[in-house]
Amino acid sequence: MKDIVRVASGQGFWGDSLEAPRQQVEGGPVDYLMLDYLAEVTMSILQKQKERDPSMGYARDFIGAMESVLPAVIDRGVRVIANAGGVNPPACAAAVRALVSASASADKLRIAVVTGDDLLARLDELIDQGHALANMETGEPLSTIRDRVLSANAYIGSVPIVEGLERGANVVITGRSTDTALTMAPLRYEFGWGAADWNKLAAGIIAGHIIECGAQCSGGNCLYDWKSIPDLADVGYPIAEAKPDGSFVITKHPGTGGRVSVPAVTEQLVYEMGDPHEYITPDVVADFTTIRLEQEGPDRVRVFGIEGRPATDKLKVSIAYRAGFKSVGTLVYAWPEAVDKAKAADRILRERIDRLGLRFDQILTELVGVSATHGSLAGDTPHDAPEVQLRVGVRGENRRDVERFTREIAPLVLNGPPSVTGFAGGRPKVEEIVAYWPALIDKRVVQTRVDIV
Amino acid sequence: MKVRLVDIAHARSGDKGDTANVGLIALKPEWYSILDRYVTQDAVSRHFDGVIDGPVQRYELPNLNALNFLLHGALDGGGTLSLKTDAQGKVFSTALLRMWIEVPDKEAASVNLTGDAR
Repeated sequence: MKDIVRVASGQGFWGDSLEAPRQQVEGGPVDYLMLDYLAEVTMSILQKQKERDPSMGYARDFIGAMESVLPAVIDRGVRVIANAGGVNPPACAAAVRALVSASASADKLRIAVVTGDDLLARLDELIDQGHALANMETGEPLSTIRDRVLSANAYIGSVPIVEGLERGANVVITGRSTDTALTMAPLRYEFGWGAADWNKLAAGIIAGHIIECGAQCSGGNCLYDWKSIPDLADVGYPIAEAKPDGSFVITKHPGTGGRVSVPAVTEQLVYEMGDPHEYITPDVVADFTTIRLEQEGPDRVRVFGIEGRPATDKLKVSIAYRAGFKSVGTLVYAWPEAVDKAKAADRILRERIDRLGLRFDQILTELVGVSATHGSLAGDTPHDAPEVQLRVGVRGENRRDVERFTREIAPLVLNGPPSVTGFAGGRPKVEEIVAYWPALIDKRVVQTRVDIV
Repeated sequence: MKVRLVDIAHARSGDKGDTANVGLIALKPEWYSILDRYVTQDAVSRHFDGVIDGPVQRYELPNLNALNFLLHGALDGGGTLSLKTDAQGKVFSTALLRMWIEVPDKEAASVNLTGDAR
């Protein structure tokens, strides 16, 4: 057994840095490259792409990332674990395979494909069997929106990833794995942690939580002493250096920018946190109130003391459904009386909406530069503001009404209050809203499968 | 003395559905006790009155010198439904740091919290 296993994070979301994966495998020793591509919104985008072309439906950035790290994988034994498969892991694996198909190293690439998380084709069968898939927040049954569902995926855990590694894969591609399982699984595999080693499994999950958002734990988006954080243009992505006992160090490659500090790691630990006593995953329930942090050296934070408890018998299911249309239009008003002009323009726009008989579920007006992010907490309106952006959003079921709204912004430039600018971007676009329906399902009905290709 | 949270804490926030969370972290470990005593669930509820639609829940993480607040009904429907600039609640963190608390002078002095603490 290795004494130390290094898992490097090279992608915090689909759209993250294109260079990070290669920098992580070339900047120093790492055993695993962990790439997280999936947010809730991503699954529905991928589902739409797959509907148009059955060979799509995965995070295509991953193919470029794989190409950039192939030498490390083939010659130096770095293994890659990614949830880039989206709603089509087999197609993703085929695209990776195609990168080496004609080369001498084709047989050195062993790809494990994890499937079974996609429940879309099984939804009616599951509902018939009595799985209500009720909304976790509202309690409504899925039947309310059944005909508008775009994708449905169970969040799966570390078990199939571990199986892929046991079967010799050096690239593991999953669909909707939890972000944290991508980090915990290789630690579980390397250190032989058992299915009931709750504290160690919880430690692996928390290592995953810290590094799953890429550089957000190593100096990016860090409020603490933010002005002094060096060289964010070359920010170092995080690495978890784990030990068999479940303790680990968060660090980054030498010579890179950013900073790994107790405050930066703490900020990431509390990110998107619910009840800290129970961070529920398919493998274990982790207790964030047991985490201990210690600055072990420059850019090295030791994490230890973590405790966990048995997992629940449910898996979370993320269901995406069509929920109408929205559009947001903006205009900028300049001094003097910028705020008053923006408010007057908003009144005119709303009157136009009324006169045209447009029906929306919601109209939201924000004054950017005044109160858009902090609302009334921002204090008194700055009447001498140099400029203010009027930002008006509408949302509704009727696409035509939303389209019509987008034609009402530009006329305000000539018809409305004076000193207006900032309309060069043209007419706002209409977006179809894909909303989320979080639900729970009995673990036993989700059977994962691992294929080596 | 009156203390503004931005001078004794840092924070990060995120979202889950229509709920924003704010993790509030003491800038110095000895100031956690001040956060714990004065940044109560009720005080934070009052702070966000009129800004969020739902209740506030508080959790303590003394091991991280941090408190975690769940602000329900903060995101105008949340995620993709929300029309807000901050649809994912990313800057509720600093909205909480605007809050003022009243700390008895003696208690403030006992944790080296003075007017120019930072």
